[in-house]
Amino acid sequence: MTAVIRAHELGKEYRIGSRVYMSARESLTRAIAAPARLFRRGHGARRGAGEGETIWAVKDASFEVHDGEIVGIIGRNGSGKSTLLKMLSRITAPTTGYAQVAGRVGSLLEIGTGFHQDLSGRENIIVNGAILGMKRREIDRKFDEIVAFAGVEPFLDTPVKHYSSGMQVRLAFAVAAHLQPNILLVDEVLAVGDIEFQRRCLGKMKDVSNEGRTVILVSHHMNQIRRLCQSAMWIDGGRIRYIGPVGEAIRRYEHDVTSGDGHDAGAHFTRWELGDGGHTLTHTDRPFTIRVHLHLVEHVVGGHYTVGLTNNRDVVVAGWAFEPVSLGKGRHTLDVTVPQLPLQPGTYQLTFSLFNGGNKLAGGVLVDNWTGVPLLNIDVVPLGHGQDALAGVLNLHATLESRTLETPALRPLESATYSSKTPSTIRA
Amino acid sequence: MMSQDALAIPADRFDGARELPVRRIQPVHGLVPLELDELWDYRELLYFLMWRQVKIRYKQTALGIAWAIIQPLFTMLIFSVVFGRFGRVPSDGVPYPVFAFCALLPWQLFSFALTESANSVIADPRLITKVYFPRLIIPMAAICVGLADFAVAFLVLLALMFYYGMLPTVAVLTLPLWTLLAIATALAVGVWLSAVNVRYRDVRYTLPFLSQLWLFATPVAYPLSIVPPQWRPVFALNPMVGVVEGFRWALLGHGSAPPAAIAVSAAVVLVVLTGGLYYFRRTELTFADMV
Repeated sequence: MTAVIRAHELGKEYRIGSRVYMSARESLTRAIAAPARLFRRGHGARRGAGEGETIWAVKDASFEVHDGEIVGIIGRNGSGKSTLLKMLSRITAPTTGYAQVAGRVGSLLEIGTGFHQDLSGRENIIVNGAILGMKRREIDRKFDEIVAFAGVEPFLDTPVKHYSSGMQVRLAFAVAAHLQPNILLVDEVLAVGDIEFQRRCLGKMKDVSNEGRTVILVSHHMNQIRRLCQSAMWIDGGRIRYIGPVGEAIRRYEHDVTSGDGHDAGAHFTRWELGDGGHTLTHTDRPFTIRVHLHLVEHVVGGHYTVGLTNNRDVVVAGWAFEPVSLGKGRHTLDVTVPQLPLQPGTYQLTFSLFNGGNKLAGGVLVDNWTGVPLLNIDVVPLGHGQDALAGVLNLHATLESRTLETPALRPLESATYSSKTPSTIRA
Repeated sequence: MMSQDALAIPADRFDGARELPVRRIQPVHGLVPLELDELWDYRELLYFLMWRQVKIRYKQTALGIAWAIIQPLFTMLIFSVVFGRFGRVPSDGVPYPVFAFCALLPWQLFSFALTESANSVIADPRLITKVYFPRLIIPMAAICVGLADFAVAFLVLLALMFYYGMLPTVAVLTLPLWTLLAIATALAVGVWLSAVNVRYRDVRYTLPFLSQLWLFATPVAYPLSIVPPQWRPVFALNPMVGVVEGFRWALLGHGSAPPAAIAVSAAVVLVVLTGGLYYFRRTELTFADMV
């Protein structure tokens, strides 16, 4: 085994608190005000809010990856996983340290980069392939394979805006799955798409590593990481906390998440699961239960219990509060049953909080606040707009009825009904 | 943990280097090398991005390729009426419509390329934040999109010349040279503006104004001959003067291509372009953190 990536004290510092880009006017004002600012600083005045504050997204990352390895990167949101991948794929330059990388690097931080809604499936395959770093000959050679993998033969010359979002995801995946760089960097992209298709993609990725290629995979799905990787890296707060066998990395990470987080010996939430014991919701139109396990060392009287659900864009999509909740010392489970939750497929973060003696405003005391691990995975067929950005937060089926009220031609008045479920334009 | 020494081995003795090229990723200070060889490696992507832009452009507009004819044609008509007829602007013995159209052709290529390239980097942030390739490809691809329009409009010019019974001379063979100079000028300024645009979004609003001023500083609607001789050296600093004069000379055989002025144009382009390329390379490292 030879090393194909060697990182030495790699670090990335970001400026926070101030907007990253400004108008020329602001720049001018700042330039003019600079001497004044220096003067004020010299007199011990406080610096402007946020100005000059920085944060290390990744710090002192030193590691080695060998050829043929599939290495998982795990850690909480914002722990620096994506920044590390961005440095290795040269999207952003490090602030300190260096990395040596051997061979062609392909990065898959998102699927469908460069897809254009007005272009046909065929055109998008070519452009997307080229953007991902494929050579023209390579695209030509794999074209049929990509089309077959995505299952879009009949619509190859249809603009992708008429594709369902599922089809678009499959097409984008198919191109990505046929990328064959020496090193493949993958960031959480397998979180979308249906389970069966994901499985095929994972299989494809496994093949890639069997051919002696290297894969670095960021995922929140411990099962995926466990199944695919031999070793894993756990990052927390921008620092590598552990590199080693995948089982141990996951154990340490999960232990940290469930036990750490400033929890003292007192009360806390320990774990959560759905009614079926898993963490994946495969239906959103029927009732289901979110169960959280709680360990209390004191009585809770007139308590206030909340459950919040946040999507991957940090938007709170649902939240529930219950009170007064009274619980004695000891171990408990709290079941919240939701009649239906028509959300878009994807991963969601659950947050649990418990206050003693009422909510925060009523002077309640926080017993515990916990960000649920693992994430909730919603795996259902997307029903909304085919373009993810336009599909919104809710995943609902809709119907359209058109009625012609007046027409200049000597034609009978028409009416038609459409369904949003499968784009009729595709079948035509 | 690796020891300090083991990590400090030179790239050529890196294990993976036996058959694979090794790249070193590190912080960047000072002048960033242009790495034109890497740009060359990505030439296919440049082609595909151009192809993508052209396709999108003609698919999205209702009139499609007709815009390539409508724009210069109507501008020429307005110029002919306002400057040619009302203003009685001389056209050095050439019918004014041909005279104007001949200059509008490279002008529109230039101004379209300039606008497209200046806005290119911020147009699709995902290309910057989600995938790596030499960023220079983006403004370069944007520059070349206008060539399709140019080709179509060129046919209109030939038709116009035929209508007035004019035939191009051997000088027409130098046309690719002038076209190249127009593109290089747009690239030189476009590379600067596209990089500045990432930090200062004012560029987008400055562009129409800039391109309008530039149009009047270029002998498109009027001949260079009405410019007082003492001003000509200043005019020559504008590379588009060389381009427009070159086009008129190549197609209408009118005037001559003064070698000095062309040398000045080319030199100006070279200086601005080189500076732009280095500036772009220096700032592209922070694009992903800013778009």
